[in-house]
Amino acid sequence: MTDLAWIDAALTAARPQAVAALLRYFRNLDTAEEAFQNACLRALSTWPKNGPPRDAAAWLIFVGRNAALDDVRRTKKQTPLPDDAVLSDLDDAESAVAERLDNADYRDDILRLLFICVHPDLPSTQQVAVALRIVSGLTVKQIARAFLVSESAMEQRITRAKARIADADVPFETPGAPERAERLAAVAAMVYLIFNEGYSASGETAGQRAPLCEEAIRLARLLLRLFPAEPEIMGLTALLLLQHSRSDARFDAAGQIVLLNDQDRTKWNTKQIAEGIALIDKAMRHRRPGPYQVQAAIAALHARAARPEDTDWNEIDLLYQTLERLQPSPVVTLNRAVAVSKLKGPEAALAMLEPLAARLGSYFHFHGVKGAFLQQLGRNQEAQSAFDQAIALANTAAEATHIRQHLDKLREECAKKRSS
Amino acid sequence: MQYAILCYHQEDVVGAWSKEQDDAVMAKLLVVQDKLVKQGRLGPVARLLPTTAATTLRKDSEPPLVIDGPFAETKEQLLGFYIVDCTSLDQALETARELASANPGGSYEIRPIGYFAPNGRSPTSGATP
Repeated sequence: MTDLAWIDAALTAARPQAVAALLRYFRNLDTAEEAFQNACLRALSTWPKNGPPRDAAAWLIFVGRNAALDDVRRTKKQTPLPDDAVLSDLDDAESAVAERLDNADYRDDILRLLFICVHPDLPSTQQVAVALRIVSGLTVKQIARAFLVSESAMEQRITRAKARIADADVPFETPGAPERAERLAAVAAMVYLIFNEGYSASGETAGQRAPLCEEAIRLARLLLRLFPAEPEIMGLTALLLLQHSRSDARFDAAGQIVLLNDQDRTKWNTKQIAEGIALIDKAMRHRRPGPYQVQAAIAALHARAARPEDTDWNEIDLLYQTLERLQPSPVVTLNRAVAVSKLKGPEAALAMLEPLAARLGSYFHFHGVKGAFLQQLGRNQEAQSAFDQAIALANTAAEATHIRQHLDKLREECAKKRSS
Repeated sequence: MQYAILCYHQEDVVGAWSKEQDDAVMAKLLVVQDKLVKQGRLGPVARLLPTTAATTLRKDSEPPLVIDGPFAETKEQLLGFYIVDCTSLDQALETARELASANPGGSYEIRPIGYFAPNGRSPTSGATP
Protein backbone atom coordinates (compact mmCIF):
# COMPACT_ATOMS: atom_id res chain seq x y z
CA MET A 1 0.00 0.00 0.00
CA THR A 2 1.33 3.45 -0.86
CA ASP A 3 2.00 5.99 1.86
CA LEU A 4 -0.74 8.19 0.50
CA ALA A 5 -3.35 5.42 0.63
CA TRP A 6 -2.32 4.67 4.20
CA ILE A 7 -2.57 8.33 5.18
CA ASP A 8 -5.95 8.55 3.51
CA ALA A 9 -7.21 5.53 5.48
CA ALA A 10 -5.80 6.97 8.72
CA LEU A 11 -7.48 10.34 8.11
CA THR A 12 -10.80 8.66 7.32
CA ALA A 13 -10.59 6.54 10.46
CA ALA A 14 -9.70 9.51 12.67
CA ARG A 15 -12.28 11.88 11.24
CA PRO A 16 -15.31 11.29 13.50
CA GLN A 17 -13.17 11.49 16.64
CA ALA A 18 -11.25 14.55 15.51
CA VAL A 19 -14.18 16.57 14.13
CA ALA A 20 -16.22 15.71 17.22
CA ALA A 21 -13.51 16.95 19.59
CA LEU A 22 -12.96 20.11 17.53
CA LEU A 23 -16.69 20.75 17.61
CA ARG A 24 -16.67 20.60 21.39
CA TYR A 25 -13.75 22.99 21.42
CA PHE A 26 -15.06 25.56 18.94
CA ARG A 27 -18.79 24.96 19.43
CA ASN A 28 -19.26 25.75 15.76
CA LEU A 29 -19.56 23.11 13.07
CA ASP A 30 -18.05 25.12 10.21
CA THR A 31 -15.02 26.11 12.26
CA ALA A 32 -14.58 22.52 13.42
CA GLU A 33 -14.76 21.16 9.87
CA GLU A 34 -12.40 23.80 8.56
CA ALA A 35 -9.93 23.13 11.36
CA PHE A 36 -10.03 19.43 10.52
CA GLN A 37 -9.48 20.16 6.82
CA ASN A 38 -6.45 22.29 7.68
CA ALA A 39 -5.06 19.57 9.91
CA CYS A 40 -5.49 17.02 7.09
CA LEU A 41 -3.60 19.26 4.68
CA ARG A 42 -0.75 19.50 7.14
CA ALA A 43 -0.83 15.76 7.70
CA LEU A 44 -0.50 15.21 3.95
CA SER A 45 2.55 17.43 3.79
CA THR A 46 4.34 16.34 6.98
CA TRP A 47 3.44 12.65 7.55
CA PRO A 48 5.21 11.33 4.43
CA LYS A 49 8.42 13.10 5.58
CA ASN A 50 8.26 12.58 9.35
CA GLY A 51 6.26 9.37 9.49
CA PRO A 52 2.75 9.04 10.86
CA PRO A 53 2.06 10.01 14.48
CA ARG A 54 1.24 7.35 17.07
CA ASP A 55 -2.25 8.68 17.66
CA ALA A 56 -3.56 10.20 14.44
CA ALA A 57 -6.77 11.56 15.99
CA ALA A 58 -4.94 13.36 18.81
CA TRP A 59 -2.48 14.83 16.29
CA LEU A 60 -5.28 16.09 14.07
CA ILE A 61 -7.18 17.56 17.01
CA PHE A 62 -4.09 19.35 18.29
CA VAL A 63 -2.96 20.66 14.91
CA GLY A 64 -6.50 21.53 13.84
CA ARG A 65 -7.10 23.49 16.98
CA ASN A 66 -3.84 25.39 16.67
CA ALA A 67 -4.36 26.09 12.99
CA ALA A 68 -7.78 27.55 13.68
CA LEU A 69 -6.40 29.66 16.52
CA ASP A 70 -3.59 30.82 14.23
CA ASP A 71 -6.19 31.87 11.69
CA VAL A 72 -7.83 34.01 14.34
CA ARG A 73 -4.49 35.49 15.38
CA ARG A 74 -3.42 36.06 11.79
CA THR A 75 -6.49 38.06 10.97
CA LYS A 76 -5.94 40.05 14.13
CA LYS A 77 -2.19 40.66 14.09
CA GLN A 78 -0.95 39.41 10.73
CA THR A 79 1.60 37.15 12.42
CA PRO A 80 3.10 34.49 10.14
CA LEU A 81 2.04 30.86 10.46
CA PRO A 82 4.55 28.54 12.16
CA ASP A 83 6.58 26.20 9.98
CA ASP A 84 4.96 22.85 9.20
CA ALA A 85 8.04 20.97 10.32
CA VAL A 86 7.74 22.53 13.76
CA LEU A 87 4.10 21.57 13.97
CA SER A 88 4.78 17.93 13.26
CA ASP A 89 7.20 17.75 16.19
CA LEU A 90 4.41 17.38 18.67
CA ASP A 91 5.21 14.30 20.60
CA ASP A 92 4.80 15.73 24.09
CA ALA A 93 1.91 18.02 23.39
CA GLU A 94 0.22 15.24 21.46
CA SER A 95 0.32 12.74 24.30
CA ALA A 96 -0.88 15.42 26.70
CA VAL A 97 -3.93 15.99 24.52
CA ALA A 98 -4.47 12.27 24.22
CA GLU A 99 -4.42 11.89 27.98
CA ARG A 100 -6.92 14.66 28.52
CA LEU A 101 -9.27 13.26 25.92
CA ASP A 102 -10.06 10.06 27.72
CA ASN A 103 -12.51 7.53 26.42
CA ALA A 104 -15.59 9.07 28.05
CA ASP A 105 -14.93 12.40 26.33
CA TYR A 106 -14.48 10.79 22.95
CA ARG A 107 -17.68 8.90 23.43
CA ASP A 108 -19.85 11.89 24.19
CA ASP A 109 -18.10 13.99 21.54
CA ILE A 110 -18.81 11.52 18.77
CA LEU A 111 -22.32 10.85 20.00
CA ARG A 112 -22.96 14.61 19.99
CA LEU A 113 -21.60 14.96 16.48
CA LEU A 114 -23.90 12.18 15.25
CA PHE A 115 -26.79 13.44 17.31
CA ILE A 116 -26.82 16.95 15.83
CA CYS A 117 -27.36 15.28 12.44
CA VAL A 118 -30.60 13.67 13.61
CA HIS A 119 -32.17 17.08 14.17
CA PRO A 120 -35.95 16.52 14.33
CA ASP A 121 -36.66 19.37 11.88
CA LEU A 122 -34.62 17.69 9.17
CA PRO A 123 -36.28 15.16 6.86
CA SER A 124 -34.60 11.77 7.15
CA THR A 125 -32.84 11.94 3.78
CA GLN A 126 -31.25 15.23 4.84
CA GLN A 127 -30.19 13.76 8.16
CA VAL A 128 -28.46 10.97 6.30
CA ALA A 129 -26.83 13.30 3.76
CA VAL A 130 -25.50 15.67 6.39
CA ALA A 131 -24.19 12.80 8.56
CA LEU A 132 -22.34 11.35 5.58
CA ARG A 133 -20.82 14.74 4.87
CA ILE A 134 -19.89 15.75 8.41
CA VAL A 135 -19.21 12.48 10.22
CA SER A 136 -18.04 10.21 7.43
CA GLY A 137 -16.42 12.94 5.38
CA LEU A 138 -17.77 11.72 2.04
CA THR A 139 -17.53 14.42 -0.61
CA VAL A 140 -20.70 16.10 -1.86
CA LYS A 141 -20.01 14.43 -5.20
CA GLN A 142 -19.90 10.96 -3.59
CA ILE A 143 -23.10 11.59 -1.64
CA ALA A 144 -24.89 12.97 -4.70
CA ARG A 145 -23.89 9.87 -6.65
CA ALA A 146 -25.17 7.57 -3.91
CA PHE A 147 -28.49 9.44 -3.74
CA LEU A 148 -28.75 9.56 -7.54
CA VAL A 149 -29.14 13.35 -7.62
CA SER A 150 -27.03 16.08 -9.17
CA GLU A 151 -24.07 17.47 -7.28
CA SER A 152 -25.54 20.97 -7.12
CA ALA A 153 -28.85 19.68 -5.74
CA MET A 154 -27.01 17.76 -3.05
CA GLU A 155 -24.77 20.74 -2.28
CA GLN A 156 -27.88 22.83 -1.74
CA ARG A 157 -29.54 20.17 0.39
CA ILE A 158 -26.51 19.85 2.67
CA THR A 159 -25.96 23.61 2.95
CA ARG A 160 -29.59 24.09 3.97
CA ALA A 161 -29.46 21.23 6.46
CA LYS A 162 -26.27 22.60 7.99
CA ALA A 163 -27.82 26.04 8.36
CA ARG A 164 -30.70 24.42 10.24
CA ILE A 165 -28.29 22.63 12.52
CA ALA A 166 -26.29 25.81 13.15
CA ASP A 167 -29.45 27.62 14.24
CA ALA A 168 -30.35 24.85 16.65
CA ASP A 169 -29.03 24.65 20.17
CA VAL A 170 -26.32 22.04 20.15
CA PRO A 171 -26.26 20.38 23.57
CA PHE A 172 -22.68 20.76 24.81
CA GLU A 173 -23.06 19.76 28.43
CA THR A 174 -22.21 16.15 29.24
CA PRO A 175 -25.43 14.13 28.86
CA GLY A 176 -26.95 12.17 31.73
CA ALA A 177 -27.63 8.46 31.36
CA PRO A 178 -31.24 8.77 30.07
CA GLU A 179 -30.28 11.44 27.51
CA ARG A 180 -27.32 9.39 26.42
CA ALA A 181 -29.55 6.36 25.85
CA GLU A 182 -32.04 8.50 23.92
CA ARG A 183 -29.31 9.98 21.73
CA LEU A 184 -27.86 6.56 21.11
CA ALA A 185 -31.24 5.22 19.97
CA ALA A 186 -31.76 8.16 17.59
CA VAL A 187 -28.27 7.80 16.17
CA ALA A 188 -28.65 4.03 15.77
CA ALA A 189 -31.86 4.63 13.80
CA MET A 190 -29.98 7.02 11.53
CA VAL A 191 -27.20 4.51 10.92
CA TYR A 192 -29.86 1.97 9.96
CA LEU A 193 -31.38 4.54 7.62
CA ILE A 194 -28.01 5.14 5.93
CA PHE A 195 -27.71 1.41 5.40
CA ASN A 196 -31.20 1.13 3.95
CA GLU A 197 -30.52 3.96 1.51
CA GLY A 198 -27.81 1.76 0.07
CA TYR A 199 -29.57 -1.56 0.54
CA SER A 200 -32.87 -0.65 -1.10
CA ALA A 201 -31.03 0.23 -4.30
CA SER A 202 -32.08 -1.55 -7.45
CA GLY A 203 -29.79 -3.76 -9.51
CA GLU A 204 -28.69 -0.96 -11.82
CA THR A 205 -27.69 1.33 -8.97
CA ALA A 206 -26.58 -1.20 -6.35
CA GLY A 207 -22.87 -0.70 -7.09
CA GLN A 208 -23.26 3.04 -6.97
CA ARG A 209 -25.05 2.96 -3.62
CA ALA A 210 -23.05 0.20 -1.92
CA PRO A 211 -20.72 2.74 -0.23
CA LEU A 212 -23.71 3.79 1.87
CA CYS A 213 -23.96 0.27 3.28
CA GLU A 214 -20.24 0.15 3.98
CA GLU A 215 -20.32 3.54 5.66
CA ALA A 216 -23.26 2.50 7.83
CA ILE A 217 -21.35 -0.60 8.95
CA ARG A 218 -18.33 1.56 9.80
CA LEU A 219 -20.50 3.91 11.88
CA ALA A 220 -22.21 0.97 13.63
CA ARG A 221 -18.79 -0.43 14.54
CA LEU A 222 -17.78 2.99 15.82
CA LEU A 223 -20.88 3.11 18.05
CA LEU A 224 -20.18 -0.40 19.27
CA ARG A 225 -16.65 0.53 20.24
CA LEU A 226 -18.02 3.48 22.21
CA PHE A 227 -20.80 1.44 23.82
CA PRO A 228 -19.37 -2.08 23.96
CA ALA A 229 -22.02 -3.46 26.35
CA GLU A 230 -25.16 -2.29 24.51
CA PRO A 231 -26.91 -5.37 23.08
CA GLU A 232 -28.96 -3.33 20.62
CA ILE A 233 -25.80 -1.80 19.14
CA MET A 234 -24.36 -5.31 18.81
CA GLY A 235 -27.65 -6.29 17.17
CA LEU A 236 -27.56 -3.33 14.79
CA THR A 237 -23.99 -4.05 13.71
CA ALA A 238 -24.80 -7.75 13.29
CA LEU A 239 -27.93 -6.95 11.27
CA LEU A 240 -26.06 -4.67 8.87
CA LEU A 241 -23.22 -7.17 8.41
CA LEU A 242 -25.60 -10.09 7.79
CA GLN A 243 -27.73 -8.14 5.30
CA HIS A 244 -24.67 -6.81 3.51
CA SER A 245 -23.13 -10.31 3.33
CA ARG A 246 -25.68 -11.16 0.62
CA SER A 247 -25.05 -8.11 -1.54
CA ASP A 248 -23.17 -10.01 -4.26
CA ALA A 249 -26.02 -12.51 -4.64
CA ARG A 250 -29.03 -10.18 -4.54
CA PHE A 251 -28.98 -9.23 -8.21
CA ASP A 252 -28.19 -11.25 -11.31
CA ALA A 253 -25.90 -10.16 -14.14
CA ALA A 254 -28.81 -8.33 -15.80
CA GLY A 255 -29.52 -6.39 -12.60
CA GLN A 256 -32.66 -8.39 -11.79
CA ILE A 257 -33.63 -9.16 -8.19
CA VAL A 258 -32.73 -12.66 -7.00
CA LEU A 259 -34.87 -13.77 -4.06
CA LEU A 260 -33.27 -15.28 -0.97
CA ASN A 261 -34.57 -18.71 -1.99
CA ASP A 262 -32.85 -18.58 -5.37
CA GLN A 263 -29.60 -16.85 -4.38
CA ASP A 264 -26.26 -18.51 -5.05
CA ARG A 265 -25.23 -18.95 -1.43
CA THR A 266 -21.57 -19.44 -2.35
CA LYS A 267 -21.60 -15.73 -3.22
CA TRP A 268 -22.46 -14.78 0.35
CA ASN A 269 -19.61 -13.10 2.22
CA THR A 270 -18.60 -15.66 4.87
CA LYS A 271 -16.39 -13.20 6.75
CA GLN A 272 -19.28 -10.81 7.31
CA ILE A 273 -21.57 -13.69 8.23
CA ALA A 274 -19.06 -14.95 10.81
CA GLU A 275 -18.77 -11.51 12.37
CA GLY A 276 -22.55 -10.98 12.35
CA ILE A 277 -23.22 -14.33 14.00
CA ALA A 278 -20.52 -13.70 16.61
CA LEU A 279 -22.08 -10.34 17.46
CA ILE A 280 -25.65 -11.60 17.72
CA ASP A 281 -24.41 -14.48 19.87
CA LYS A 282 -22.80 -11.93 22.14
CA ALA A 283 -25.90 -9.71 22.25
CA MET A 284 -28.30 -12.55 23.11
CA ARG A 285 -26.36 -13.32 26.28
CA HIS A 286 -27.70 -10.08 27.77
CA ARG A 287 -31.31 -11.31 27.59
CA ARG A 288 -32.44 -7.79 26.71
CA PRO A 289 -33.99 -8.33 23.28
CA GLY A 290 -34.66 -5.37 21.01
CA PRO A 291 -35.79 -4.91 17.39
CA TYR A 292 -32.26 -4.85 15.93
CA GLN A 293 -31.25 -8.01 17.79
CA VAL A 294 -34.36 -9.89 16.71
CA GLN A 295 -33.97 -8.85 13.07
CA ALA A 296 -30.29 -9.81 13.21
CA ALA A 297 -31.22 -13.18 14.71
CA ILE A 298 -33.61 -13.77 11.80
CA ALA A 299 -30.91 -12.79 9.30
CA ALA A 300 -28.48 -15.12 11.12
CA LEU A 301 -30.87 -18.06 10.72
CA HIS A 302 -30.98 -17.45 6.98
CA ALA A 303 -27.19 -17.10 6.92
CA ARG A 304 -26.72 -20.39 8.77
CA ALA A 305 -28.75 -22.35 6.22
CA ALA A 306 -26.42 -23.79 3.59
CA ARG A 307 -29.47 -24.58 1.39
CA PRO A 308 -32.90 -22.86 1.41
CA GLU A 309 -34.54 -26.09 2.65
CA ASP A 310 -32.26 -26.06 5.71
CA THR A 311 -33.83 -22.80 6.92
CA ASP A 312 -35.28 -23.01 10.43
CA TRP A 313 -38.68 -21.43 9.60
CA ASN A 314 -40.12 -22.39 12.96
CA GLU A 315 -37.53 -20.32 14.80
CA ILE A 316 -37.97 -17.50 12.28
CA ASP A 317 -41.73 -17.51 12.91
CA LEU A 318 -41.10 -17.27 16.67
CA LEU A 319 -38.65 -14.41 16.18
CA TYR A 320 -41.15 -12.50 14.02
CA GLN A 321 -43.72 -12.97 16.79
CA THR A 322 -41.24 -11.40 19.22
CA LEU A 323 -40.65 -8.57 16.76
CA GLU A 324 -44.42 -8.02 16.45
CA ARG A 325 -44.53 -7.55 20.22
CA LEU A 326 -41.50 -5.24 20.35
CA GLN A 327 -42.31 -3.19 17.30
CA PRO A 328 -45.85 -3.82 16.05
CA SER A 329 -46.09 -3.11 12.33
CA PRO A 330 -48.09 -4.60 9.46
CA VAL A 331 -44.85 -5.06 7.51
CA VAL A 332 -43.51 -7.32 10.27
CA THR A 333 -46.72 -9.39 10.12
CA LEU A 334 -46.36 -9.57 6.33
CA ASN A 335 -42.87 -11.00 6.79
CA ARG A 336 -44.12 -13.46 9.38
CA ALA A 337 -46.76 -14.62 6.91
CA VAL A 338 -43.96 -15.75 4.60
CA ALA A 339 -42.49 -17.88 7.42
CA VAL A 340 -45.97 -19.25 8.19
CA SER A 341 -46.48 -20.19 4.52
CA LYS A 342 -43.35 -22.37 4.75
CA LEU A 343 -44.55 -23.98 7.99
CA LYS A 344 -48.31 -24.33 7.57
CA GLY A 345 -48.88 -23.72 3.88
CA PRO A 346 -50.23 -20.82 1.82
CA GLU A 347 -53.83 -21.03 3.12
CA ALA A 348 -52.90 -20.10 6.70
CA ALA A 349 -50.48 -17.44 5.45
CA LEU A 350 -53.10 -15.89 3.19
CA ALA A 351 -55.52 -15.61 6.12
CA MET A 352 -52.90 -13.51 7.94
CA LEU A 353 -52.81 -11.01 5.06
CA GLU A 354 -56.52 -10.16 5.09
CA PRO A 355 -56.42 -7.86 8.14
CA LEU A 356 -53.35 -6.07 6.72
CA ALA A 357 -55.00 -5.10 3.42
CA ALA A 358 -56.31 -1.75 4.65
CA ARG A 359 -52.92 -0.56 5.86
CA LEU A 360 -50.68 -2.15 3.24
CA GLY A 361 -52.94 -1.63 0.21
CA SER A 362 -50.41 0.66 -1.47
CA TYR A 363 -47.36 -1.41 -0.56
CA PHE A 364 -45.64 -3.20 -3.43
CA HIS A 365 -44.48 -6.21 -1.40
CA PHE A 366 -47.94 -6.83 0.06
CA HIS A 367 -49.38 -7.58 -3.37
CA GLY A 368 -46.31 -9.51 -4.49
CA VAL A 369 -46.49 -11.81 -1.46
CA LYS A 370 -50.27 -12.15 -1.74
CA GLY A 371 -49.94 -13.07 -5.43
CA ALA A 372 -47.37 -15.73 -4.59
CA PHE A 373 -49.63 -17.32 -1.93
CA LEU A 374 -52.64 -17.30 -4.29
CA GLN A 375 -50.51 -18.83 -7.01
CA GLN A 376 -49.42 -21.64 -4.67
CA LEU A 377 -53.11 -22.28 -3.94
CA GLY A 378 -53.84 -22.49 -7.65
CA ARG A 379 -56.12 -19.43 -7.51
CA ASN A 380 -54.49 -18.14 -10.66
CA GLN A 381 -56.91 -15.42 -11.65
CA GLU A 382 -56.70 -13.75 -8.24
CA ALA A 383 -52.92 -14.24 -8.27
CA GLN A 384 -52.72 -12.43 -11.59
CA SER A 385 -54.67 -9.44 -10.33
CA ALA A 386 -52.47 -9.25 -7.20
CA PHE A 387 -49.34 -9.33 -9.39
CA ASP A 388 -50.82 -6.65 -11.64
CA GLN A 389 -51.35 -4.44 -8.63
CA ALA A 390 -47.79 -5.10 -7.46
CA ILE A 391 -46.39 -4.01 -10.83
CA ALA A 392 -48.43 -0.82 -10.69
CA LEU A 393 -46.92 -0.06 -7.27
CA ALA A 394 -43.33 -1.12 -8.04
CA ASN A 395 -40.70 1.43 -7.01
CA THR A 396 -38.01 0.29 -9.40
CA ALA A 397 -37.83 -1.31 -12.81
CA ALA A 398 -36.18 -4.36 -11.21
CA GLU A 399 -39.14 -4.85 -8.87
CA ALA A 400 -41.58 -4.68 -11.79
CA THR A 401 -39.53 -7.10 -13.87
CA HIS A 402 -39.37 -9.50 -10.97
CA ILE A 403 -43.18 -9.60 -10.70
CA ARG A 404 -43.48 -9.95 -14.47
CA GLN A 405 -41.42 -13.13 -14.21
CA HIS A 406 -44.01 -14.44 -11.75
CA LEU A 407 -46.77 -13.55 -14.19
CA ASP A 408 -44.95 -15.33 -17.03
CA LYS A 409 -44.66 -18.46 -14.90
CA LEU A 410 -48.34 -18.19 -14.04
CA ARG A 411 -49.31 -17.98 -17.71
CA GLU A 412 -47.09 -20.97 -18.53
CA GLU A 413 -48.84 -22.99 -15.84
CA CYS A 414 -52.26 -21.96 -17.12
CA ALA A 415 -51.30 -22.90 -20.67
CA LYS A 416 -50.02 -26.29 -19.49
CA LYS A 417 -53.24 -26.95 -17.60
CA ARG A 418 -55.37 -26.09 -20.61
CA SER A 419 -53.36 -28.30 -22.96
CA SER A 420 -53.40 -31.31 -20.63
CA MET B 1 12.52 -23.07 18.53
CA GLN B 2 9.04 -22.10 17.47
CA TYR B 3 8.07 -18.44 17.39
CA ALA B 4 4.64 -16.85 17.47
CA ILE B 5 4.43 -13.67 15.45
CA LEU B 6 1.60 -11.59 16.87
CA CYS B 7 0.08 -8.92 14.65
CA TYR B 8 -0.78 -5.50 16.05
CA HIS B 9 -2.31 -2.59 14.16
CA GLN B 10 -5.01 0.06 14.57
CA GLU B 11 -8.16 -1.79 13.61
CA ASP B 12 -10.07 1.34 12.64
CA VAL B 13 -7.32 2.10 10.13
CA VAL B 14 -7.26 -1.45 8.76
CA GLY B 15 -11.06 -1.39 8.83
CA ALA B 16 -11.03 1.77 6.69
CA TRP B 17 -9.08 -0.03 3.94
CA SER B 18 -11.14 -0.64 0.85
CA LYS B 19 -11.70 -4.24 -0.21
CA GLU B 20 -9.10 -3.74 -2.96
CA GLN B 21 -6.53 -2.46 -0.49
CA ASP B 22 -7.27 -5.33 1.90
CA ASP B 23 -7.05 -7.92 -0.90
CA ALA B 24 -3.78 -6.42 -2.11
CA VAL B 25 -2.22 -6.71 1.36
CA MET B 26 -3.51 -10.27 1.77
CA ALA B 27 -2.11 -11.26 -1.64
CA LYS B 28 1.32 -9.94 -0.70
CA LEU B 29 1.20 -11.75 2.63
CA LEU B 30 0.29 -15.00 0.89
CA VAL B 31 3.45 -14.82 -1.20
CA VAL B 32 5.52 -14.74 1.99
CA GLN B 33 3.38 -17.45 3.58
CA ASP B 34 3.71 -19.73 0.54
CA LYS B 35 7.48 -19.51 0.79
CA LEU B 36 7.31 -20.53 4.46
CA VAL B 37 4.97 -23.41 3.62
CA LYS B 38 7.44 -24.71 1.02
CA GLN B 39 10.17 -24.60 3.65
CA GLY B 40 7.87 -26.52 5.99
CA ARG B 41 8.15 -23.80 8.60
CA LEU B 42 4.62 -22.41 8.80
CA GLY B 43 2.14 -23.37 11.53
CA PRO B 44 -1.43 -22.10 11.97
CA VAL B 45 -2.32 -18.67 10.58
CA ALA B 46 -5.38 -16.84 11.85
CA ARG B 47 -7.02 -13.49 11.31
CA LEU B 48 -9.19 -12.46 14.24
CA LEU B 49 -12.54 -10.74 13.92
CA PRO B 50 -12.61 -7.11 15.17
CA THR B 51 -12.34 -6.39 18.91
CA THR B 52 -15.99 -5.31 18.82
CA ALA B 53 -16.78 -9.05 18.58
CA ALA B 54 -14.66 -9.82 21.65
CA THR B 55 -15.76 -10.76 25.17
CA THR B 56 -13.41 -10.74 28.16
CA LEU B 57 -13.43 -13.02 31.18
CA ARG B 58 -11.78 -11.38 34.18
CA LYS B 59 -10.35 -14.24 36.24
CA ASP B 60 -9.26 -12.10 39.20
CA SER B 61 -12.73 -12.13 40.73
CA GLU B 62 -14.72 -15.11 42.00
CA PRO B 63 -16.75 -16.10 40.07
CA PRO B 64 -14.95 -14.69 37.01
CA LEU B 65 -16.58 -11.60 35.51
CA VAL B 66 -17.77 -11.48 31.89
CA ILE B 67 -17.18 -8.10 30.23
CA ASP B 68 -18.18 -7.07 26.70
CA GLY B 69 -15.30 -5.88 24.59
CA PRO B 70 -11.60 -6.61 24.28
CA PHE B 71 -8.98 -6.96 27.01
CA ALA B 72 -8.01 -3.38 27.80
CA GLU B 73 -5.43 -3.45 30.62
CA THR B 74 -1.88 -2.45 29.80
CA LYS B 75 -0.23 -3.75 32.97
CA GLU B 76 -0.78 -7.40 32.05
CA GLN B 77 1.03 -9.14 29.21
CA LEU B 78 -0.03 -11.66 26.59
CA LEU B 79 1.33 -15.00 27.79
CA GLY B 80 -0.33 -17.56 25.55
CA PHE B 81 -3.42 -18.54 23.64
CA TYR B 82 -5.75 -21.44 22.80
CA ILE B 83 -7.71 -22.11 19.64
CA VAL B 84 -10.90 -23.98 20.52
CA ASP B 85 -13.80 -25.13 18.34
CA CYS B 86 -17.06 -23.88 19.86
CA THR B 87 -20.70 -24.05 18.83
CA SER B 88 -21.48 -20.72 20.50
CA LEU B 89 -20.03 -17.92 22.59
CA ASP B 90 -21.64 -19.58 25.62
CA GLN B 91 -19.62 -22.72 24.99
CA ALA B 92 -16.46 -20.65 24.52
CA LEU B 93 -17.13 -18.92 27.85
CA GLU B 94 -17.79 -22.28 29.46
CA THR B 95 -14.41 -23.52 28.25
CA ALA B 96 -12.72 -20.32 29.42
CA ARG B 97 -14.28 -20.69 32.88
CA GLU B 98 -13.00 -24.25 33.08
CA LEU B 99 -9.51 -23.03 32.24
CA ALA B 100 -9.92 -20.18 34.72
CA SER B 101 -10.71 -22.56 37.56
CA ALA B 102 -7.43 -24.32 36.84
CA ASN B 103 -5.54 -21.05 36.59
CA PRO B 104 -7.17 -18.05 38.30
CA GLY B 105 -5.89 -14.46 38.02
CA GLY B 106 -5.52 -12.29 34.93
CA SER B 107 -7.98 -12.38 32.02
CA TYR B 108 -9.00 -14.35 28.97
CA GLU B 109 -10.07 -12.40 25.92
CA ILE B 110 -12.43 -14.52 23.85
CA ARG B 111 -12.26 -13.47 20.22
CA PRO B 112 -13.92 -15.21 17.26
CA ILE B 113 -11.60 -16.14 14.40
CA GLY B 114 -12.50 -14.91 10.92
CA TYR B 115 -9.89 -16.77 8.88
CA PHE B 116 -7.97 -19.86 9.92
CA ALA B 117 -5.42 -21.91 8.04
CA PRO B 118 -4.34 -24.79 10.33
CA ASN B 119 -1.11 -25.52 8.47
CA GLY B 120 -0.71 -22.20 6.73
CA ARG B 121 -1.95 -23.67 3.48
CA SER B 122 -5.59 -24.74 3.55
CA PRO B 123 -7.69 -21.89 4.85
CA THR B 124 -10.99 -22.67 6.51
CA SER B 125 -13.48 -20.11 7.64
CA GLY B 126 -13.40 -19.59 11.39
CA ALA B 127 -17.17 -19.69 11.52
CA THR B 128 -19.25 -22.83 11.27
CA PRO B 129 -22.55 -21.35 10.10
